[in-house]
Amino acid sequence: MIPWLIGTAVLTIGPMAWSLYLSFTDYHLIRGGDWIGLRNYTAIFDDPMFYRTVRVTLLYVLIAVPVKLVASLLVAMLLSQHRRGMGFYRAAFYMPSLIAMSVGVALIWKALFSNGGVQDSVMSSFGWEGGGFLGNPSVSILMLVLLAVWSFGAPMVIFLAGLMQVPQELYEAADVDGAGKWSKFVRITLPMLSPVIFFNVLMETVGAFQLFGPAYIIGGESGAPAWSTLFYTVRIYTLAFTDFRMGYASAYAWLLVLAVGVVTVIMFRAAKRLVFYAGEDR
Amino acid sequence: MSVKTADGRVVVRNRRPTSERAKSALWHVSMLAVLAIVLYPLLWVVTASLKGNTDIITDTSLWPETITWEHFANAFDGLAGIPLWRFFWNSTLIAALSVVGVVISCSMTAYALGRLRFPGRTAMLGIVIATLLLPGQVMLIPQYLIFSELEVTNTYVPLVIGKFLALESFFVFLYIQFLRGIPRELDQAAKIDGAGHFRIFFSILLPLLRPAVVTSSIFTFIWSWNDFLGPLIYLYDMEKFPLPRLLQSYSNTEGVTNWGGMMAMTLLSLVPVVLFFLVFQKFLIKGIATSGVKG
Repeated sequence: MIPWLIGTAVLTIGPMAWSLYLSFTDYHLIRGGDWIGLRNYTAIFDDPMFYRTVRVTLLYVLIAVPVKLVASLLVAMLLSQHRRGMGFYRAAFYMPSLIAMSVGVALIWKALFSNGGVQDSVMSSFGWEGGGFLGNPSVSILMLVLLAVWSFGAPMVIFLAGLMQVPQELYEAADVDGAGKWSKFVRITLPMLSPVIFFNVLMETVGAFQLFGPAYIIGGESGAPAWSTLFYTVRIYTLAFTDFRMGYASAYAWLLVLAVGVVTVIMFRAAKRLVFYAGEDR
Repeated sequence: MSVKTADGRVVVRNRRPTSERAKSALWHVSMLAVLAIVLYPLLWVVTASLKGNTDIITDTSLWPETITWEHFANAFDGLAGIPLWRFFWNSTLIAALSVVGVVISCSMTAYALGRLRFPGRTAMLGIVIATLLLPGQVMLIPQYLIFSELEVTNTYVPLVIGKFLALESFFVFLYIQFLRGIPRELDQAAKIDGAGHFRIFFSILLPLLRPAVVTSSIFTFIWSWNDFLGPLIYLYDMEKFPLPRLLQSYSNTEGVTNWGGMMAMTLLSLVPVVLFFLVFQKFLIKGIATSGVKG
């Protein structure tokens, strides 16, 4: 307990307060800095890079999270049918999520999506002329979306565990009433699964806002090509540890905290209306 | 056996009905299709690291025309005169320290938060859950300044200290979830027999927490093995680099011309995680399902 207290005080709450303070200074790792009030924040809103990086990050969150979750729910529902080999498939689908965020897989992705690479040659045979996603700014973000979808196994396992807890009597009762597949899905599966759906949506969204490693490997500090993979966290990293503009970078980081905080609060509010809890389990 | 169907006909069934078998076949076909897509990148990299350097990128097939082991020889040479095993050792050391830290500190913190009654407990539990969602980037700069003030940058201290101070909220949470499943009567009985907190924790609860210990160890190992941001910020000397940092340096220098060596090195760096997974997959899947669903 005591280590946690020290850790939380020294490495969480202390740094948070300090970083909030830094965000009101023009602190530079080498030159030091002074209090400049809100000028970092006003500068951010005049910074064209800010709008680029927000656009890239939001685009990623809005595409990757829903696609990944729908895919994982679909596969989880297929897997929940108790057929032979279910354990094997579940393990095989889960495995990529353990390595998807590693540098190694990001390098494999670079190879697969470079000009003349696997994706290029497969799509060329269908008439695609855009080359590899890696060099094409209008589609390069899809590499990261596909990487996220590839790691669908983690939410899938959680969906699967949730599906197993839905009482079978509900489906049997619905069968007696002559309900179709779709209405069983909408009226039974979705409500019973809603706490799990909420958990997955929340965790995946919060995680997606913070994507760093693969984006840094694939796009580098400048988010190549043409800023199209310049994720928000990469921008924070570059400002702080390449340009040493730590005050400005702290202001960037605090806007991310605010954004994630607002999204979390909205989701919890929405959950109050949409999530159905069966029994008094909670 | 004979069965009377809904419309009154009597049919003889000595095997499963064809519709059922067709459904089962369809299920397996769709599962295998998903499996093929999911595993393709990994199979591709296995064969890519055996192909000649000229056709690595452009060759989509999973079957190399000619097999060469030269890339693996290249990979084992490492980078800048430092052999590959050295980077493996660095990664292993960091991961092992992280595992020890997480198991000791997170389990004890969970005991305090999950079992004891003291003022401020609910607030602290709130902080643990809040840090689960808090973007870590906001703490990065002050933490860096603290560690450079303490002159521990370019060592492994910044990479593992958080693990010893129970800052991995996910695992604190996991242990709390497992503790909830252990009847309170056990520790109360021990208390009546005169056992103190340490005695109760180490002799009674920790053995029962074994599944949580295994799950948190494996996850810590894998996450630490994959961690890139920490080593990127804190380590400058190449001989201290763990594998992800080596791969990044390699891709910036050699990798541009030597795809084969890089793919071989990438493959080798992923092997331990995949092996770990194959050995412990039951624990992993159970662990993630528990922390997610009962949350």
